[in-house]
Amino acid sequence: MSTPLLKLEDVRVHFPIADGFWHSRALKAVDGVSFELEAGSTLGVVGESGCGKSTLARAILGIHPPTSGRIWLDGTELTGLSRRAMQPHRRTMQIVFQDPLASLNPRMTVGEAIAEPLRVFRPELSAADRRRKVRQSMELVGLLPNQINRYPHEFSGGQCQRIGIARALVVEPKLLLCDEPVSALDVSIQAQIVNLLMDLQKEMGLALLFIAHDLSVVRHISDRVMVMYLGKTMELADRDTLYSQPQHPYTQALIGAVPIPDPVREREKEVTLLSGELPSPLSPPSGCVFRTRCPIAQEVCAQSVPALKPAERSPAAVACKFA
Amino acid sequence: MTDVQTTSPADAVAAVTDPTQDIAGRSLWQDAWRRLRANRAALTAVALLSVMTLLVLFGPMLSPYDFDYTDWDNVSVAPSFASGHYFGTDFVGRDLFVRTLEGGRISLLIGVVATLVSLVIGISWGATAGYLGGRIDNVMMRIVDILYAMPFMFFVILLMVFFGRNILLIFIAIGAINWLDMARIVRGQTISLKQREFVEAAVACGVSSRRIIFRHIVPNLLGVVAVYVTLTIPQVILVESFLSFLGLGVQEPYTSWGALVNEGAQQMESAVWMLIFPASFLALTLFCFNFIGDGLRDALDPKDR
Repeated sequence: MSTPLLKLEDVRVHFPIADGFWHSRALKAVDGVSFELEAGSTLGVVGESGCGKSTLARAILGIHPPTSGRIWLDGTELTGLSRRAMQPHRRTMQIVFQDPLASLNPRMTVGEAIAEPLRVFRPELSAADRRRKVRQSMELVGLLPNQINRYPHEFSGGQCQRIGIARALVVEPKLLLCDEPVSALDVSIQAQIVNLLMDLQKEMGLALLFIAHDLSVVRHISDRVMVMYLGKTMELADRDTLYSQPQHPYTQALIGAVPIPDPVREREKEVTLLSGELPSPLSPPSGCVFRTRCPIAQEVCAQSVPALKPAERSPAAVACKFA
Repeated sequence: MTDVQTTSPADAVAAVTDPTQDIAGRSLWQDAWRRLRANRAALTAVALLSVMTLLVLFGPMLSPYDFDYTDWDNVSVAPSFASGHYFGTDFVGRDLFVRTLEGGRISLLIGVVATLVSLVIGISWGATAGYLGGRIDNVMMRIVDILYAMPFMFFVILLMVFFGRNILLIFIAIGAINWLDMARIVRGQTISLKQREFVEAAVACGVSSRRIIFRHIVPNLLGVVAVYVTLTIPQVILVESFLSFLGLGVQEPYTSWGALVNEGAQQMESAVWMLIFPASFLALTLFCFNFIGDGLRDALDPKDR
């Protein structure tokens, strides 16, 4: 098997939280996540707000370097690299953010914003070449190139997201990290952006790490899906496996909560609502982090952390003692 | 408020539909300028201040007298056009019109230069501390706190005693105190800006910290800074006036509005014009700056009005 484009092994990101004057506790935003992502494929990452999805993306990018664990990109290990040594690898991966307007500098024209990665990674380009590249990139994402001198506040949310995508793609990366790229957009615009991403993926052979909390969108775009809860992987499976035979009780609850666009079936659907609140990531439950809200939890769940292992009844990998 | 359109709708439509024509964007600065132009008080203040600046620069040429010329025949005379002493003379016979404008030069110069000094140091210091954060931020801001704790007057008097009275020293002394406020304001703004996603996007691209500070952070905090500057200039002018009032400011025969007001106040009962003219020039300038600051604040942040 060829080397995967992106490989994570037991990645942890802990933030020190001041607790009193001398002591600090660790907030475990991401706690032992491993996965592989093949070139040109899509991994969807789903989970509630605050489960560490965005932190995971920032750890891969090196914005918040992981506390422990290892990350390989295209066969080179990124963890432990200095800022300078990391620099050439940044070109291979780019990110698209959740809030399209906030991800663009309000004082820069669209052309300047899209040109910024080119200035960093292709300093040899002349101003005219750079401008031509920017126009190409704008055309690629469905923006009129004659809008190059406008400012972000003169665009709609969907257009801003296209600008964000153009900025990410102008240096021709192999991996695009999408941090909830559609959750701030109207539903009709969401479809446009998701389809744009899928088209671009086909055209440029991009690998996508698609973070979202909307299961329908993830189902549409992903090849494989990872379900996260409190910084840990609950289930990792092929899309079809995950949606047709969810193994982990958390995945089952998530999928059960998705409304079906058919009133008759929707009414007959059995929904297991999760009880309780998301526990504080500062003091996660012992053993299985999900046990406080799990409908099938037993005493054994509090004693040890379930490892992510192949499920008995499906080809998924599940972190549950009863799957 | 209606926006003034510079191009006709037909032109705009033509520009959008013609894909070979680049559309000119309208930056936030242009928007702010448009709003500022609609603010009559601010506009009047800008006009008045421009007149004041021109008068201060070229006004002395309108008078036959020099600022340090003593007219022994006209000591402490009231304003009169016949003698050419439009504002009268002071108690040693120097023409007050020329001296008021000369004093204005010094006062405005001190206001602008000291503010510029505080601007450059304050922005670099505050943006660096705020952006880098952590221990560096801590050390840099504690230095600011320590300097803050120094008694300003004591500091100025010490400088004067050691180095003699010198206009350069006043610039340094005032600038050295004023950048502290600026640094704190800029640091706070920087910390809030650095959480924004466009800064994260730049970090993810590997843009250097220097470039992030000067291309992404500083342009976005200039709005707040611009407002603060228009409030700092009058403050600096007042501080200089206060120093002159105490006799620590500019040295004779040079003068400033503060020094003139000081002299005028002493002669208030016998020669009231010596107080009225410099004081009204000073007050008018301070008003203008405050109105401009107010207008800028509204123009740059229309949501807060």
